[in-house]
Amino acid sequence: MDLVLQLFFTGLGIGAVYALVALGFVLIFRATNVVNFAQGEFSMVAAYLMVVFAVDLDWPYGWAFLATLAGMALLGVVFNLGVYYPLRHRTFLPVIISTIGASIFLANTVLALYGPQPQVLPGWFETPGVQLGPVYLDSQYLLIIGVTLVLVAFNHWFFEHTLLGKKLQATSQDKEMAALLGIPVATMIMLTFVYSALLGGIAGVLVAPILFVSIQMGSTIALKAFAATIIGGFGDVTGAIIGGLALGVIETFGAAYLSVPYKDGFAFLVLVAFLIFRPQGIFGERIAEKA
Amino acid sequence: MIRQAGPVAYAIFALLAVVAAAFAPLDDYMLHILVQTASYAIAVFGLTVVLGLCGQINLAQAAFFGFGAYAVGLGTADLHLDFWVALALGAAFALVMGAFLGVATLRLGGHYLAMVTISFQQIVTLIMVNWIPVTHGPDGVGSIQRPAHFASAHAFLGVCVVAVALVGYLVWRLPHTPLGRAMRALRDNELAASVVGVNVYRTKVAAFALSALLGGIGGGLFAGGFAYVSPDQFSFAESIVFMTMVLLGGVASPIGAVIGTALLIVLPESLRFLKSVPGLYLAIYGLAIILIIRYMPDGIWGYVQQRARRWFAPPPFGAPPPGLAFAPSHNGALALEVRQLAKYFGGLRAVDGVSFAVRRGGVHALIGPNGSGKTTTLNVLSGVYIATGGRIALSGRDVARLPPHQRAAAGLGRTFQNIRLFRSMSALENVVIGAERSGCNAGADHPALVERARAALAFVGLEARARERVTGFSYGHQRLIEIARALAGNPALLLLDEPAAGLNSSEKLALRDLLKRIAAKGLTILIIDHDMTLVADVAAHITVLNFGRRIADGVAADVLRQPDVIAAYLGSEPDAAARP
Repeated sequence: MDLVLQLFFTGLGIGAVYALVALGFVLIFRATNVVNFAQGEFSMVAAYLMVVFAVDLDWPYGWAFLATLAGMALLGVVFNLGVYYPLRHRTFLPVIISTIGASIFLANTVLALYGPQPQVLPGWFETPGVQLGPVYLDSQYLLIIGVTLVLVAFNHWFFEHTLLGKKLQATSQDKEMAALLGIPVATMIMLTFVYSALLGGIAGVLVAPILFVSIQMGSTIALKAFAATIIGGFGDVTGAIIGGLALGVIETFGAAYLSVPYKDGFAFLVLVAFLIFRPQGIFGERIAEKA
Repeated sequence: MIRQAGPVAYAIFALLAVVAAAFAPLDDYMLHILVQTASYAIAVFGLTVVLGLCGQINLAQAAFFGFGAYAVGLGTADLHLDFWVALALGAAFALVMGAFLGVATLRLGGHYLAMVTISFQQIVTLIMVNWIPVTHGPDGVGSIQRPAHFASAHAFLGVCVVAVALVGYLVWRLPHTPLGRAMRALRDNELAASVVGVNVYRTKVAAFALSALLGGIGGGLFAGGFAYVSPDQFSFAESIVFMTMVLLGGVASPIGAVIGTALLIVLPESLRFLKSVPGLYLAIYGLAIILIIRYMPDGIWGYVQQRARRWFAPPPFGAPPPGLAFAPSHNGALALEVRQLAKYFGGLRAVDGVSFAVRRGGVHALIGPNGSGKTTTLNVLSGVYIATGGRIALSGRDVARLPPHQRAAAGLGRTFQNIRLFRSMSALENVVIGAERSGCNAGADHPALVERARAALAFVGLEARARERVTGFSYGHQRLIEIARALAGNPALLLLDEPAAGLNSSEKLALRDLLKRIAAKGLTILIIDHDMTLVADVAAHITVLNFGRRIADGVAADVLRQPDVIAAYLGSEPDAAARP
């Protein structure tokens, strides 16, 4: 039982990271109708930026984090202008391929600049964690869960209770109508990319002390996050968060009780099972194309 | 004749290539590069089919390539199977896995497919690395055997070139077969493809499985050529390399695939310094993908073709087309009988217990104000939506539960209010796909289909422009092509969804005459439209809907005089009783 609780806590921590990246997926998908296949690379790039600022340059952790966020915002702008915006009037296939190209480009540029050796990023807190009854609460996992809760709350407040959030929603639901109402659609899409790069970046910085900082971490996280969006119901914000948490827990238990080398395979099995038996996910509705 | 010239030239060219491969004085290094190019090219042909023709993404081609390679590797080295047996097993395994992936994911959109194929690719790599007792893990498989009579590098290159020539020919011809046309149609517009009789799901699965099969064959030849395989040769990065090859060369044609493959194998070899920095050449590939998609979406070969198109214009048709004949089946007096049809969207009863019958021959109109459920009714009739309840009998047969392509096969043709043509194709090709529907007796061979398609185009007055791409036609003409596409399938019942919408007055007159000519040929039409002049002019029988219910049904002139109908359209008199 103790082990079960411990695994559950660990699973929630790792699942929170998937949830954040999944949220980034969903926001971009809703704004542009395109899945951004470089979403995971946002996390990877942020983790490397953090290594550069906090380890190589030895800046204080907080300043390094702010610098990383600034870098991610810039990446969001450049990504939108270089990868998405020129193709906005084309069908989804070219845009998908373009984001895949961007993902390959980002991962391998970092590899060329930084080499294949995985890097280590220390956690934010000096204290490693606290013992709470039978469960050991690692401080980094606590931080991840805490930050995720705060960001989810912020996300809800931002989209439901601010004018900018409403404008972003309007843009994602009907670009032409939003433009007719005077909403600067191009700026809104740009903001969505920036916001989503920030979310992915925060997830990357949070998860980096748990994993090694490596080139592969982006694609691994992206696959899990995508599986999470399908489990939750594609395009659904709540679904992405629940799906991410659920996947983290499933995967942790799978690794503990079934097989460690195939840990990364469980997400795929869950994904295929959902695609076959419940493609609309837990919360999603089946959407038919209008004739 | 000219139709035969292409294949003959191809055969001669292929033969020369094979002879050159087998006898030209090539050093080991060149042989190595050429075998790699040939085996990769076959896998890239797979992407030509699935991405270029069918518009579906496959980011696991290296995994399928790996299945073929490991089958030949493990088969010949560990199990001492004959090369050909091992190759066949590997290809079959790739085919089965491709079909399985396709069956699981292709009902859904392209995003799912992209992510699922990436996941699949990762899993396959995990298994290759970790299942050491079988795959030898990261060490890979060595001492792979070649086929008995082709053991020298030269002879094996000959085998590979023959394979490229054969597979390349099949992929080259594929777009002009019924399966290939179905793939192109659904790539352009899935909904329109389904209502002209294409089984969208099965076609996509076929394309995906075919792509996996070609990946497997290419991988098997690759293993024979290199005598050693290891997991890193079949990683996600290689899937990206395959993808870059097909995009660079051009997704639409196997020639593009060969160009892209050769360039991306020869270029990195000659730019070896790039490989000294890990990641650099893949970073360049990533950037290349973004730039190609943006600036050269048709690839190198697509660009060349565009330049050269005017020299390769197909010959004009010799004889004028025959007249368009309809032979609708004559089972029963009713073409369509709808009983208690219902379609609910959540709590909204868009169609609520509607019944009407369409008699064979002549024009029947379905009218009603905006939001009365007309278009929903049409979508339920053609299978775009599945009815919540009720019965739809087409020539006496209940079709209410059939998918759209089977209703098309049963004799239902339709057009769309917002035109849905296959935009990358010519007018003729669009109509040929319509003529191809199963159950239509136009004849199965291609010349007969083309004749029927030309006849249908001539019937709507556009035969002279048959070879032009549909995007070059005016809005009104595109609508006529859509009608021709439906007519070519020889439907028992033609559903027209607001055909007059967006037409100018002279186009409306031409449409009216066309509908009268169709009706005069004995074809039954069910039309929805807002243009009361048109409806009153062509329809003998009218059914009126309001708020999802039938409020009137009968002979046109009587229906249009009923107070309910006038009230529904023009609003009731101020002093009349309000709606209960």
